[in-house]
Amino acid sequence: MMTLNLEIWRQKNSQDSGRFATYQLSGITPDMSFLEMLDLLNEQLIKKGEAPVEFDSDCREGICGSCGLVINGQAHGKEMATTTCELYMRHFQDGDTIVIEPWRAKAFPVLRDLCVDRTAFDRIIAAGGYTSAKSGPHPDGNAILISKPVADSAMESATCIGCGACVAACPNASASLFTAAKISQLAVLPQGQVERGRRVFRMVRQMDAEGFGNCTNIGECRAACPKEISIDNIATMKREYAAALLRGDES
Amino acid sequence: MTTVAKKFIMALSGLALVGFVITHLLGNLTLYSHTDEPFNAYAFKLHSFGSLLLVAEVGLVAIFLTHIVYGLTAKKTSLSARPKGYRVWRSKGGETPSNISSRNMAISGSILLAFVLLHVWQFRFGPAIEAGYVTTMHGEQARDLHRLIVETFKNPAWVAVYVAAMLFLGLHLRHGFWSAFQSAGLTRHNTTVKLRIFGGLLAAALTVGFLFIPVYIYFAF
Repeated sequence: MMTLNLEIWRQKNSQDSGRFATYQLSGITPDMSFLEMLDLLNEQLIKKGEAPVEFDSDCREGICGSCGLVINGQAHGKEMATTTCELYMRHFQDGDTIVIEPWRAKAFPVLRDLCVDRTAFDRIIAAGGYTSAKSGPHPDGNAILISKPVADSAMESATCIGCGACVAACPNASASLFTAAKISQLAVLPQGQVERGRRVFRMVRQMDAEGFGNCTNIGECRAACPKEISIDNIATMKREYAAALLRGDES
Repeated sequence: MTTVAKKFIMALSGLALVGFVITHLLGNLTLYSHTDEPFNAYAFKLHSFGSLLLVAEVGLVAIFLTHIVYGLTAKKTSLSARPKGYRVWRSKGGETPSNISSRNMAISGSILLAFVLLHVWQFRFGPAIEAGYVTTMHGEQARDLHRLIVETFKNPAWVAVYVAAMLFLGLHLRHGFWSAFQSAGLTRHNTTVKLRIFGGLLAAALTVGFLFIPVYIYFAF
């Protein structure tokens, strides 16, 4: 059993200026997940008649991208390739102080406590992260041939779960890794060719319009990414953008 | 203009400036001589290009200004992208280029800007023939820039300033070189690490090459 000191960001709503609140929580077992530890805290807060700490979570198995906290200054905590829900309390020591903050970015305004509004990502996707497909029956499985290296590359990019850790960890609050992964995934596949040029223009423009920062190739995004998406995707995005410019694609 | 397009301009102007810095060092290697002749001859040769040199200087200033203006506006965008910072922020490290160099490009760049202004004021617009810094080249009067350099670097304070500035040059180029290729979309999975290593070596070579000029002059003259 562990006892931890938690310093958690509390904020009533998006207008509230917010503050840190300190809680001492005991009864934590090493095999609890980080979110289960927060559940334990919330049960106690509710019993005391206080407002529970709000945070996002859904699948709790690292695939949905809902959860995400900055734990002691690191997005999803110190473990690599891990979402907050899959971070276990065995990585902490009895008596530790843990500072828990929400993702911080202008484009991700805090809604309450540790919940942020990540619809900026949805708008980037809506701007161009789709393919035009004919309606009608499914095409034959072997009608469109895709080589293994291309399929692997697209899959690697497609593993992005849109959690926003890349933005949270980036010293510039840039959404380049997210946007680049979505662009790269479609750019290498035959189904993505129709909108190839206009996709990169539109998604990059939307990314900028949301107020994310510039990519300066620091690479903190890659370190924070629970899916370990490579910054090679960012080079691909730049290359796609340059190619679209040179081809004179419609924007 | 999008952030991606702005970074293209940062990358291309940055690489052009790296080219200039390499050329500058190659010329300055003539300072590693025990006489003033090679360096003054090099300076004389440059100035014999006349208006062509002026065009090159104006072009260089334009590239510098482009890099500075786009760099500062990029920094401004990034600062406004996170109006409220973290109470605790820690690098997650891993196999990434996140280091003291990559995280402080605006700071090292600003220091280099201050240094370049000082350097140009000191030598380009420093005392010339009229002030008595005169030598003879091929029977003509020429500026004795070497004497000005030696006089400057006999002062240990100037040696310290120049050595410190060159360390910041190394810091800036360590990340800047490979980062320019990444920003321009010229990296591939198998070239990224090689470019980062080469960028580090280039930064080290340029730093060492420049840094020992004032040190050499301080002790040799």
